[in-house]
Amino acid sequence: MDVLVCVKRVPATGGTIPLTADGRDVDTRSLGFTIGPHEECAVEEAARIVERFGGSAAVLTVGPPQADEQLRYAMSIGLQQGVRVTTGEEETDPEATAAAIVDAVRTLESETRPFDLILFGNESADAGNCQVGIRVAHALARPAVGGIKGIEPQPEHGTVRLRRELPDGIEVYAAPLPAVAAVREGLNLPRYPAVTGRLRAKRAHIRTIEPELVPGGLRKVRLRPPAEAARETVVLGHGAAAAGPVVDMLAELGMV
Amino acid sequence: MLVTLVESAQEGLAAGSANALAHARELADVLGTHVEAATFAGAPEVRDGLAGYGVSRLHVVEHGECVEYSPECWGEALAQLLDDTRPDGVLAAATDRGNEVLAQAAARIGLPLATNCLNVAPATGAAEGDPAWALTRQRGGGVLLEDAELSAPTKLVTVLAGTVEPSAGEAVPEVDVRTFVPQLDTDPARSRIVDRTAREAGVSLATAAVVVSGGRGVGSAEGFDMIEELAELLGGAVGCSRVATNDGWRPHSDQVGLTGTKIAPELYIACGISGATQHWVGCRDARRILAINTDPQAPMMTRATYAVTGDVHEVVPAIIAEIRRRTE
Ligand SMILES: Cc1cc2nc3c(=O)[nH]c(=O)nc-3n(C[C@H](O)[C@H](O)[C@H](O)COP(=O)(O)OP(=O)(O)OC[C@H]3O[C@@H](n4cnc5c(N)ncnc54)[C@H](O)[C@@H]3O)c2cc1C
Ligand SMILES: Nc1ncnc2c1ncn2[C@@H]1O[C@H](COP(=O)(O)O)[C@@H](O)[C@H]1O
Repeated sequence: MDVLVCVKRVPATGGTIPLTADGRDVDTRSLGFTIGPHEECAVEEAARIVERFGGSAAVLTVGPPQADEQLRYAMSIGLQQGVRVTTGEEETDPEATAAAIVDAVRTLESETRPFDLILFGNESADAGNCQVGIRVAHALARPAVGGIKGIEPQPEHGTVRLRRELPDGIEVYAAPLPAVAAVREGLNLPRYPAVTGRLRAKRAHIRTIEPELVPGGLRKVRLRPPAEAARETVVLGHGAAAAGPVVDMLAELGMV
Repeated sequence: MLVTLVESAQEGLAAGSANALAHARELADVLGTHVEAATFAGAPEVRDGLAGYGVSRLHVVEHGECVEYSPECWGEALAQLLDDTRPDGVLAAATDRGNEVLAQAAARIGLPLATNCLNVAPATGAAEGDPAWALTRQRGGGVLLEDAELSAPTKLVTVLAGTVEPSAGEAVPEVDVRTFVPQLDTDPARSRIVDRTAREAGVSLATAAVVVSGGRGVGSAEGFDMIEELAELLGGAVGCSRVATNDGWRPHSDQVGLTGTKIAPELYIACGISGATQHWVGCRDARRILAINTDPQAPMMTRATYAVTGDVHEVVPAIIAEIRRRTE
């Protein structure tokens, strides 16, 4: 099985999200960067599939040169090849991102063979457009199912089983390979990178591809924080002594 | 003309569909056009629900491959319906399914798609002949809002539930039902559903009236024994932060937040959870929040309804003992 995972470099935000003065972006000067939890699970799954079935796993990002940090994280987990489709620091829109990924996949596949599976996050951690993976799949004429929390490759049959959860049930899809899946956190429990993996990834070569970026029809104008109803906080006390007032409150609500 | 993709629920229209219709109606009024609906299944229930929304025409997609949900078949069928009807825009509920079907259709027609929108309006000063829409969408499950502009011959949008007051429009005497039969060749690049199982509904995290949740401050898997005990005493469910899932203390199905479950209980008890934005968007709809934390300045503490400063390993057992003392 040859597997490709697509990841996006995003700011790792905490309790509040600082914005730039013009409101066009997150002010990342004091922030670290990461990939989303869904994508961490996609990376882990790719490593496991290759450990189990053999083959190779690659990771790809469309982003600025700094996004190598995120590629190297994936490589430290065990993905062998890292590919950066180089853009500026501005976020690309979902159509442009998908087109850049499609071009890069075509280039990579023309040199070897098709990836049996391409894994995406169900939605990117920041923009959450819920569409890049589906666009890539369609352009490559491959099946795509989203919301996936279970992947069972059946390479001997040339198929893969994909499981997803709904509020009221579970669905299992069968798709012919090569296929695309957009996955959700909970698919697996990602490992922490081992020291040897980190050292290997640090020295690994990263392939770069210069894309032709054609802007799509969705244009980000401005970011702003959501309005929030300010709550009055009532301090019920300190330490174990607060138990009385807490249970008074619970009793008032009819909960005890 | 605007098309709203609608789904049926037990009684008439699904809530998300009603919300999407209400958005479409408001927008159609401003644009001086009308709203039609499209559906894949449940036509009779949908039709009866629609009359009250002032929708005069319902397109029912009929095809053997579309009886069961299929992302690719529904997407392809919708793409063909849009090619046939050429609407100015399509609105659907921003559910997993709504987002997936519209993304499939968007990919097939080569159109942009704006997901998870809170409001949609014609852009002011948009060029004649290229009337863009101005919209606000949620990023990161609601941690930020994005004002954006959408330009396309047919604009595809999904709207979040509860973002507009569903209002009945001018009732129409009769909904004209039009059957649309898509051409779906047996495309090999297609997934097929092979199994569907219903899940039993217990006290689930998503619907519990009380959720007692633990984070890094709980310290270990064993630390969750007291969280479980308190949840049980209150007839609630156990939740957790991503730190607790990542460290293997709890299953991911317990995780509250952006990439976990979004909840809206009567009471949320957050034990040793800092209140990072990605956690906050999952619990901010709780009616009341009780935060227990050693750090009074933690975002969860300053945003909570009630706060207790202290070590969860002292506070939670004391609360449990006090409940037992009063109820025994
Ligand atoms: C894209 C993305 C999606 C994410 N999705 C989610 C999500 O769905 N859900 C989620 O929870 N997180 C999510 N996160 C992670 C999130 O950013 C935080 O890292 C996480 O919520 C922190 O968990 P925590 O509050 O348990 O830990 P911390 O932030 O480390 O906070 C621990 C808190 O416990 C307090 N504390 C420590 N010891 C004690 C004690 N003995 N008694 C009382 N209090 C104590 C500390 O003062 C602190 O406030 C996501 C992150 C990203 C980037
Ligand atoms: N810039 C990018 N580079 C690589 N992959 C991306 C990028 N943006 C989005 N993706 C992938 O597409 C998925 C869905 O993104 P989105 O459509 O923005 O929600 C993400 O989880 C990633 O797997």
